[in-house]
Amino acid sequence: MPTSPGSSKVPDWRPAASLQTLRLRADLLARTRAFFAARGLLEVETPQLSAAAATDLHLESLAAAAPGGGLSGWLHTSPEFPMKRLLAAGAGDIWQLARVFRGAERGRRHNPEFTLLEWYRVGWDAPALMDEVDALLRVLAGDAITAPARRTSYRAAFLEHAGFDPCTAGEGEIAGALERGGVSLSAQAGLRRDDLLDLALATLVEPAFDPRRPTFVYDFPASHAALARIRPGEPPLAERFELFLGGMELANGFHELTDADEQAARFRTDLERRRERGLAAPPVDARLLAAMAHGLPDCAGVALGFDRLVMILAGAERIDDVLAFPWGIA
Amino acid sequence: MATYSTNEFKSGLKILLDGDPCVILENEFVKPGKGQAFNRVRIRNLKTGRVNEKTFKSNESVESADVVDTDMQYLYYDGEFWHFMVPDTFEQHAADAKVVEEAREWLKEQDFCQVTLWNGQPLLVAPPNFVELKIVETDPGVRGDTATGGQKPAKLETGAVVRVPLFIEEGEVIRVDTRTGAYVSRVK
Repeated sequence: MPTSPGSSKVPDWRPAASLQTLRLRADLLARTRAFFAARGLLEVETPQLSAAAATDLHLESLAAAAPGGGLSGWLHTSPEFPMKRLLAAGAGDIWQLARVFRGAERGRRHNPEFTLLEWYRVGWDAPALMDEVDALLRVLAGDAITAPARRTSYRAAFLEHAGFDPCTAGEGEIAGALERGGVSLSAQAGLRRDDLLDLALATLVEPAFDPRRPTFVYDFPASHAALARIRPGEPPLAERFELFLGGMELANGFHELTDADEQAARFRTDLERRRERGLAAPPVDARLLAAMAHGLPDCAGVALGFDRLVMILAGAERIDDVLAFPWGIA
Repeated sequence: MATYSTNEFKSGLKILLDGDPCVILENEFVKPGKGQAFNRVRIRNLKTGRVNEKTFKSNESVESADVVDTDMQYLYYDGEFWHFMVPDTFEQHAADAKVVEEAREWLKEQDFCQVTLWNGQPLLVAPPNFVELKIVETDPGVRGDTATGGQKPAKLETGAVVRVPLFIEEGEVIRVDTRTGAYVSRVK
């Protein structure tokens, strides 16, 4: 779809990002490589095309198939599973810059194909990894940051900015807080409590954070564990964190779940929920489960949206402004 | 009834919300990396003119509103209704005061304007961006005063009052921008 006016005849072939922004991007890539090389992490490459895919309820993997039949598979939504297989094989601390794909994600801050910076630290926990994310930010994004990073628990952030307790509030209370915050839902039907919490995080909590100050939110509700380990307690909490900067979610990290049986159970729950909602049920990654059964070392991992980091440094309002050819002209 | 998925949302799309026809002004896709996706939309209710925010779960489907903009000729006012005609088909539509509210003081018989129909009924009438109307009442012109930039009120044949330069005379025809109500030029 041509986006520039007057281009009805000639297809829109020019890049969306300015050449100046593409140079900034290249500079950030080089500095990222230098950061991890200096810290002794191993740069790895894992497949974009795999036989299995993520089962996460809110990730839509793209299916890829040769038109004549034969080869078919799934484009990865993150390099997490094969990186964990490398960890189980004893690779030690590893990192990579991965192009990933998520169907149906398109908007001002979303492109269906984007770049994830993902890395794992063996023997580390979530607080230690937050320190390292902060160090990377100071190296790459020093100019865009005006105050030292702030850390707040998920519960404290909600109590402060959304006005309810995310551990105890019922659906009605959450919907009421949303309504008061100017977020009027067209219909509450089909939305689970977790979905309402996601919406409140995105519309009430996230916009209240200082856009020039990195904000780490940690200790998520157990229902939002994804692939993080759950720390028993009252209530049990997921050892997961997210980083917000520039009014956006920039990174997501876990003290990784290492228990193969628990992982298999979460996959099963994901697939049941996908079926309930009439969503595709991609094949579960049996090789990941086998690697975990062999033994995934205690580790923490994080994925950072590299394009959004470029947006913050370029002062760009839209992800399209930092991509040579975003979806639509790709 | 046709429906749209939130994936198709874009500005200008006409949808039905709580029974009222609305137009989408802005659409923002919101999705936490590991969470449910939503579309936050700014919409104008075409009946009331009010602008609101609404949040949809992504992939939710919404009924489309059968709203079309048609160029019509304004025929006459019968004391209660304003009558319009589609020139090609001679099809006529009557609109009440609420519908013509924004346009009424610019409407001159035979002129063309845009009538928005919802399910075949007039919903809104928009005047042309520029109209040419005769001045029926204003203070006498100050001859030759084209430099001082002074202005005076002038009443037009449709009832609208606009500010015009001092040299303009009663009986002259002027061109007016209806979006701002500003005088543009004299029409010879």
